[in-house]
Amino acid sequence: MTKSVFLGTVAAATLIAGMGMAQEGSTLAQVKERGELNCGVNTGLVGFAAPDANGNWAGFDVALCRAVAAAVLGDASKVKFVPTTGQTRFTAVSSGEVDVLARNSTWTYSRDTDLKLDFVGVNYYDGQGFMVNKELGVTSAKELDGATICIQTGTTTELNLADYFRANQMEYTPVNIDSNAEGEQQYMAGACDAYTTDASGLAATRAAFANPENHIILPEIISKEPLGPAVRHGDNNWGDIVRWTLNALIAAEEYGVTSRNIEELVRSSENPEVQRLLGTTDELGAMMGLDADWAKRAILASGNYGEIFAANIGEQTPIGLARGLNAQWTQGGLLYAPPFR
Amino acid sequence: MSDTHAQTVPFVRDTMLPAAPPPATQAGAVRWLRENLFSGPVNTVLTIIGLLIIWFLVSHYWDWFAHSVWNANSLNECRQIIIDTWGEGARGACFAVIRERWNQYVFGFYPPELYWRPTMTFGLLIVALVPVLFSASLTIRRAVLVITAIATLTSMIALGSPVIWLAFATLVLAGGFVASERNLGWLLPFSMLYPLMGVWFLWGGSVWGPVFVLVGPVLGWIAWRILAGRMPVIAVLAGVVVTLLFWLFLSGSAAEDAQRLLPMGIEAVRSDRFGGFLLSVTIGVAGIALSLPLGIVLALSRQSDMFLIKSLSVVFIEFIRGVPLITLLFVASLLLNYFLPPGTNFDIILRVIIMVTLFAAAYMAEVIRGGLAALPRGQYEAADALGLDYWKAQRLIILPQALKISIPGIVSTFIGMFKDTTLVTFVGLYDPLKSMSDAVRANIEWKGIYWEPFIFVGAIFFIICFAMSRYSMYLERRLQRDHK
Repeated sequence: MTKSVFLGTVAAATLIAGMGMAQEGSTLAQVKERGELNCGVNTGLVGFAAPDANGNWAGFDVALCRAVAAAVLGDASKVKFVPTTGQTRFTAVSSGEVDVLARNSTWTYSRDTDLKLDFVGVNYYDGQGFMVNKELGVTSAKELDGATICIQTGTTTELNLADYFRANQMEYTPVNIDSNAEGEQQYMAGACDAYTTDASGLAATRAAFANPENHIILPEIISKEPLGPAVRHGDNNWGDIVRWTLNALIAAEEYGVTSRNIEELVRSSENPEVQRLLGTTDELGAMMGLDADWAKRAILASGNYGEIFAANIGEQTPIGLARGLNAQWTQGGLLYAPPFR
Repeated sequence: MSDTHAQTVPFVRDTMLPAAPPPATQAGAVRWLRENLFSGPVNTVLTIIGLLIIWFLVSHYWDWFAHSVWNANSLNECRQIIIDTWGEGARGACFAVIRERWNQYVFGFYPPELYWRPTMTFGLLIVALVPVLFSASLTIRRAVLVITAIATLTSMIALGSPVIWLAFATLVLAGGFVASERNLGWLLPFSMLYPLMGVWFLWGGSVWGPVFVLVGPVLGWIAWRILAGRMPVIAVLAGVVVTLLFWLFLSGSAAEDAQRLLPMGIEAVRSDRFGGFLLSVTIGVAGIALSLPLGIVLALSRQSDMFLIKSLSVVFIEFIRGVPLITLLFVASLLLNYFLPPGTNFDIILRVIIMVTLFAAAYMAEVIRGGLAALPRGQYEAADALGLDYWKAQRLIILPQALKISIPGIVSTFIGMFKDTTLVTFVGLYDPLKSMSDAVRANIEWKGIYWEPFIFVGAIFFIICFAMSRYSMYLERRLQRDHK
């Protein structure tokens, strides 16, 4: 009797586990069933992802998570933010702990292929720069021969720095640091002549100094750092959803759809592209398993790409980043959303 | 004659001299200085070097501390206040960040309207610990309980606790006081129940979950009772198996059914809301409470004559001690997800507590083995001569002495483990030292602040660890049985 009960429970457990395996295929189904999007974000990076005093997340990357949640679940607040460190971020995606990784991660060849990730687009074109003290009298990165340079370990910036100095036949002494805060501290204490990291990070760091005017960011950008959201290899439909949510935000800016005028445009827009985007004609959402309003909800979550940029890292914020490469292609930038058709 | 006498004894004093004060070099501060600081050339040089170091530190950092700003809303405001008050070029600490983010450092992202819950849990933790920690001295017990009661109740009122829970806390605290005055044994059931209660207070949710967890051992006890008369060994086994099976397969669904029939519970708080010292103390207390018994079992197994048990415990101890804690944490947070069926939600804090406990238990086992090895052989033989069986000998003779010898090592392991809780930063949990400070710095208002959070968090860690260390010294004095 005891034996049969035991065997029965084992069988039941196997069955339940099997059902769990069967669902593995579709991330969309999992997210819908869970009623919540697991979004991997930075543990804290000014402007891109940071929890406030009450634990509410905000930032440029966070806004993308919210847009995806709004498109898929109809509620931009149904996101569980999973803070990931530089070491854990990619494993968190491939192990299924997060559905999307929106953590200012550079899209590189090996990450896309070897690490079995799918980068679905670029939400910020960054590049590596240098910051030096004005008193050093340096005006170009080419003059940094023999300098000591503060560099964060385990990032693409470390490799770029080595490449750049080798290409220009210059020498440098690295001062290895673990985090941005430590880098600022070392740089301010004079442990290194120059501090190098992504240009967006340099701008934010400089903005927080007591005397920002004493420090200059050198004009050279030594690397391409296309930062974008990544999903797991193998679930193409889920990758499409994240990719086209990002594209919808970019396209919305191009067509002048903002979170303020969107309701009006849904009713009265004559532009067929806008109509398709907002789901008033055609059924684009159904093609990837969503409803017709998905893009409208994504845009309403925190605005279109331009609004998100301006609210979190734009020139009106203390970080004060210019659009630069991140302007629309019509404005001389690189943002170019494929047509919604 | 009288002349002769006068020459041999010229003067005989017939009153005592009044006691004179010792020479200036042999008294008071001067003597203390001579004995302790300048007793020889080497000591004198060392003293001077020490004084120079202190002077160097103070002269370099005193202005930074003296110019501390405690009231500001951003780093820039701090800098402005320092310039306004102390003039251009002055520097100062900006401890305003601690003041502004105090709640975050203490409670993490716990919902602010529920801050009273961790506070109450901590207060009741002390009540639950009193019969274990302070069983010998009524005076200490009284002081601890009175201070706990005042601190807990005032903070709960300040944090806006509902009246019903305030009444509950008052009841428990008053009950604890009465029990401590009359009969400490009354408190033991509360101490046994506390872990379950504490978990429920912190994470909240349906009351039926913990209730059905309790039902497990009760069913196990019934199974044991039924079989105990006929087959004692099988009965113990059956009790354990029944309990485990109930926990694994029945308690979860039973709790859900009960919740549907009669919904009762408090607001649930998810693990990703935990952070700061709440997280450290939760992991630390759970790890300490679980690793000591596990460590004792492992130490005894390693001393055991049974080959399988001995080898298993040796393999476990050596494996865990040979692997860095960070590796274990990474396994807990990342690798485990590959093995579990997708969709399983295995709480991350629970995973970390399990790993930290296993890690500390391996060290604990070796510390206790040291205590066991230090006992004279005669103690073991005396226990055998008295006709005690293995468990009675361990419980009555061996372990009390071995544990007493091991106290300094055990407490060192505890302190080390508590400090190691900050390593959870690597698996994305918000420990107070790094993750929480980085999160604070990720807000543009506090970007660029560096030393102040470290100093603050370090000070709190020091207070807690120092208290543990002092307690262990008190315990050693109390348990001293040898010749003084």
